[in-house]
Amino acid sequence: MTVVAEQLRARPRILSMPDATLTGAIRYWHRNAAVFRRTWLLGLMAWFAEPVIYLVAMGLGLGRYLEQIQGVDYIDFIAPGLLAVSAMFGAAFESTWNAFYKMERARIYDAVSSTPVSIEDIALGEVLWSTTRATAYGGAFALVALPFGVFHSWWGLLTVPAMALVGLIFSIFGLIYTYLVSRMDFLAYYWTGFLTPMFMFAGVFFPLDRLPGWVGTVAWFMPLHHGADMMRALMLEGDPVAALGSALWLVVASLALLWLPLNLLRRRMVR
Amino acid sequence: MAAVIARDLRKNYGDFEAVKGIAFEAPARGCFGFLGPNGAGKTTTMRMIACSQPPSAGTLEVLGLPVLEHPRTIKQRMGVVPQEDSLDEDLTVLENLLVYARYFGLRPRDVKPRALELLAFMALEEKRDRKILELSGGMKRRLLIARALINMPEILILDEPTTGLDPQARHLVWEKLRSLKREGVTLVITTHYMEEAAQLCDRLVIMHEGRILVEGTPRELIAGHTSPQVVEIFEPPAEVLDDLAGIASLSDRVEQLADRWMLYTDQGDALLAKVRVLPIDMGSVWLRGGTLEDVFLSLTGRSLIE
Repeated sequence: MTVVAEQLRARPRILSMPDATLTGAIRYWHRNAAVFRRTWLLGLMAWFAEPVIYLVAMGLGLGRYLEQIQGVDYIDFIAPGLLAVSAMFGAAFESTWNAFYKMERARIYDAVSSTPVSIEDIALGEVLWSTTRATAYGGAFALVALPFGVFHSWWGLLTVPAMALVGLIFSIFGLIYTYLVSRMDFLAYYWTGFLTPMFMFAGVFFPLDRLPGWVGTVAWFMPLHHGADMMRALMLEGDPVAALGSALWLVVASLALLWLPLNLLRRRMVR
Repeated sequence: MAAVIARDLRKNYGDFEAVKGIAFEAPARGCFGFLGPNGAGKTTTMRMIACSQPPSAGTLEVLGLPVLEHPRTIKQRMGVVPQEDSLDEDLTVLENLLVYARYFGLRPRDVKPRALELLAFMALEEKRDRKILELSGGMKRRLLIARALINMPEILILDEPTTGLDPQARHLVWEKLRSLKREGVTLVITTHYMEEAAQLCDRLVIMHEGRILVEGTPRELIAGHTSPQVVEIFEPPAEVLDDLAGIASLSDRVEQLADRWMLYTDQGDALLAKVRVLPIDMGSVWLRGGTLEDVFLSLTGRSLIE
């Protein structure tokens, strides 16, 4: 049996069905997990130090000079948002610096794509892994935050899957950006242009309801805004219905964008 | 049966045509070689065989399957040794094999005995818990080959397997590849070392600028494209050049380089006897058999190819 190669497939198109399987993605996920098992202890201090610094400095330090905010102590207001932020940064590190290193410097992608794991499987596995890492990061934050008494509802247990949702959307965004840029230096713009503004203006440190209306409109498009709202609904308000609304936004956005990093990586690696 | 069959195989990168319609058949259980200077299209051809870059046109079948339709099935039965080191530096030597096995759906627990066997085969068992950065170039290359064998492939693709290795490491790699061939693994290699091709390949093609120039066994190519013997005279003194030209006219072909004359002939002893009469330091004259290098240079020319 012989089949003539189609000219069209020489350069894969962005709008096509990705050749991805969950089996292949999980095989690649295991590679990252194996490396993580060797190295997680090295980064442990940073994991716990960062949330403590934020909670103590902002929550207790700055909070002492503030009246209550929306009827609660300042630390209770910011802790849920910071939990979403730690999941966001966890996903961002993994999906930008680490993914770029594996793809361009360490040639991991080259090695893996010469096995039955396809290029799209790698990208999907990277999304899953980055989500896992984000959830672990957020989990460390939650553990640290627990003794500060910022969990006011048993619905707070659901922050674990909620962290995964925040991790998922930021893994997808991070990989889209990483698979588009040609140099590691450009990754910094993802921070300054995208993550930092969101960190400051998505309603983590102050509510948006007293700002002009357009601020709220812009914030609606920010994944972190929905992440922070979701965490606040679970930890502070014990309002699962409000949390579900935010979760829905994140799920729909993630599913709508998931194909993009997969096809971008194929376009980058196949010429 | 052929392990790889290509017909009118082409590959374009934009306007640049890297492979310009080649046809070949790599027999199963043998070693098939691609020889050529840099930029000949060897690596591009290997990437198409390894299902990592799709052909632009033509047909390419590996293990009886077309590459565009069955990349996963083919890769499951194939081992790839890339030109550049792609070992996982975040893992140890043994972990590199176990983690790689998982990409083929093999469980690390089940595959560990085989991984240890492969490390022993490649003389790396003492390095099993070392980091990749601690390995020498030769060890890394052997580990790359061991890694490519973890799924018990029927066909092994090697892109310049010994480039940059010292002679000891190179001979060890050759020995291991020959023993794989005896076990029935099909080898497809690229190289620009003529000696490597002569040592390993049952059949080979010489590529140049995206085309196949000749194909055959190493012996056939030497017989068909160069003289059986070559008399080389290194830096002949000016006063003998006229006499040397006379002797050279008796050879099949003569090549005068900046520092040496090369007389291609089938009567090496007779020519050597005539040269010996001249006032030349005999330490700078020697007779050798024709080699693949002669074939290669006569077909692709001596000018430096960038």
